[in-house]
Amino acid sequence: MSEKVVKRIIQDTHAFDCVECGKCTSVCPMTRHKKDFAPRLIVVKAMDSPSVETLARERDLWACTTCGTCSAMCPYKVDYTEFIRAMRAEGALLDVTPDCSQGGLLHSMMRMMAKGELVQDRLGWAKPPLRVAEKGDIYYFTGCSRHMAQVFEDRRGIDIGSVPASAVRIMNAAGVVPAVSRNEVCCGHDLNWVGDEDNFAALVDKNVAAIKATGAKTVVFTCPEGLRTFSKDYPVVAQDELPFKAVHISELLAGWIMEGRLRFKQTKMKVTYHDACRLGRHMGVYDPPREVLRAIPGLELVEMENIREKCLCCGVSGWISCDADTKLLQMDKLMEAKRTGAETMLSFCPKCQLHLNCARADNVPVERALIDIPVQDFTVFVANALEESK
Amino acid sequence: MGDFQPSIIAFTCAWCGYPSAVLAGVNRIEYPTGVNIVRVMCTGMIEPAYIMRALEYGADGVVLVGCMMENCHYMVGNKKAQERADTLRPLLDMMGIGAGRLRTEWINASERVRFAAAMKDFSVALKGLGPNPLGRLGEGGVEAGH
Repeated sequence: MSEKVVKRIIQDTHAFDCVECGKCTSVCPMTRHKKDFAPRLIVVKAMDSPSVETLARERDLWACTTCGTCSAMCPYKVDYTEFIRAMRAEGALLDVTPDCSQGGLLHSMMRMMAKGELVQDRLGWAKPPLRVAEKGDIYYFTGCSRHMAQVFEDRRGIDIGSVPASAVRIMNAAGVVPAVSRNEVCCGHDLNWVGDEDNFAALVDKNVAAIKATGAKTVVFTCPEGLRTFSKDYPVVAQDELPFKAVHISELLAGWIMEGRLRFKQTKMKVTYHDACRLGRHMGVYDPPREVLRAIPGLELVEMENIREKCLCCGVSGWISCDADTKLLQMDKLMEAKRTGAETMLSFCPKCQLHLNCARADNVPVERALIDIPVQDFTVFVANALEESK
Repeated sequence: MGDFQPSIIAFTCAWCGYPSAVLAGVNRIEYPTGVNIVRVMCTGMIEPAYIMRALEYGADGVVLVGCMMENCHYMVGNKKAQERADTLRPLLDMMGIGAGRLRTEWINASERVRFAAAMKDFSVALKGLGPNPLGRLGEGGVEAGH
């Protein structure tokens, strides 16, 4: 039975197309520091001995950050990331679980939202002068950045807690009053990527119901993970066709700027931009964030060496497998950012910010001056650059 | 609902929390039957994930019982525990579980009466809050018999 499952996954992800060219290995950020790690080898092993039991216990299956650099580079378009996700889901059925960061606190939080009918305080940030609605065409998905900000409240320099308020501030400035819902739950991204498909499906049902109740046609995301999950995984799991489409806030922003609906104040600064994997490689949103930054007067965008599909990963995904090797990867990332001479690195992903800030706060194996660059949230930065309304 | 008996997970440290519970027992001081004691070496070893997991599986309340501040046998374990609880409580409110389901008590090893009183007080407070909104779950999400 398990052989059949592995064969199906190989088929679905076109893993049999692999010609062993090794491009995936040479671009894989994990391979830089985990010497035996190679996306290709995980696939080759699966083809040689198609048993979920052995593969799921393979450390490499859980060490992958699913950043998707391999798939982006593969000349035969093997979907390695989906291969990894599907194998993890099979592994989870056999009770194989990864090493979770924070002892699994965050996964617990997500499962609780999936299992229970909780009356959450999800909209505590939506206070006047911010304008939100209960119903409307455009829905803003709050996500879990406030929850994460609370879990990591002892970390300095973290600004993800103010992402929802900043997003609505920008939308209000463009004349949009988004609908929000207190019944919304975690999007389920992390549970999906650690193979917990049952609880993921429960979250999907709750979110679809909550958004349906607002009558929205468009769901706006700041978080790249939410966007990816709603765009690519929800249609697979949801019982009916989704009555809305998911867009990223940067795509809307770029449009509003063109229409002249947003004005920015002079912001004399040099910044660099990090393409979060879920937003870039998974969703193909590379240009809109850059267009937004270019529209801010005085702001200079300096690019890193590896950008767009080659952008270096922040090191951890789904709150699993954070180890010494990921710390080295984070050093690579921070050093690259620092070399641009930018004052700050902007990213949409709250987790990229947390991971890179964590690496910065630790004992670092390199000269501190080489990695000394803050990581800030894109949405918060843009909201602060808005011209104050008269 | 009238005979709702809150289920409490009490993480007690080996030096003060646990001995105070043992002394309460030795001295036949009554405290609520819903208190389930888990002995740990120090409250400083309790990860927030332990507390979360207890609540996920349906505990109505979690209490950390350790040495008086400045008296921790491992220097600052109780201080760490207090900091972690302070971080977790707003999260519990945000999630709709309720910050009131998590308490910390710093009690000397000999203070058996105080231990029993703290448990009684917590139990009464939890009766006010009602059962854990997640319900009582067994391993794997199956409703377990109580």
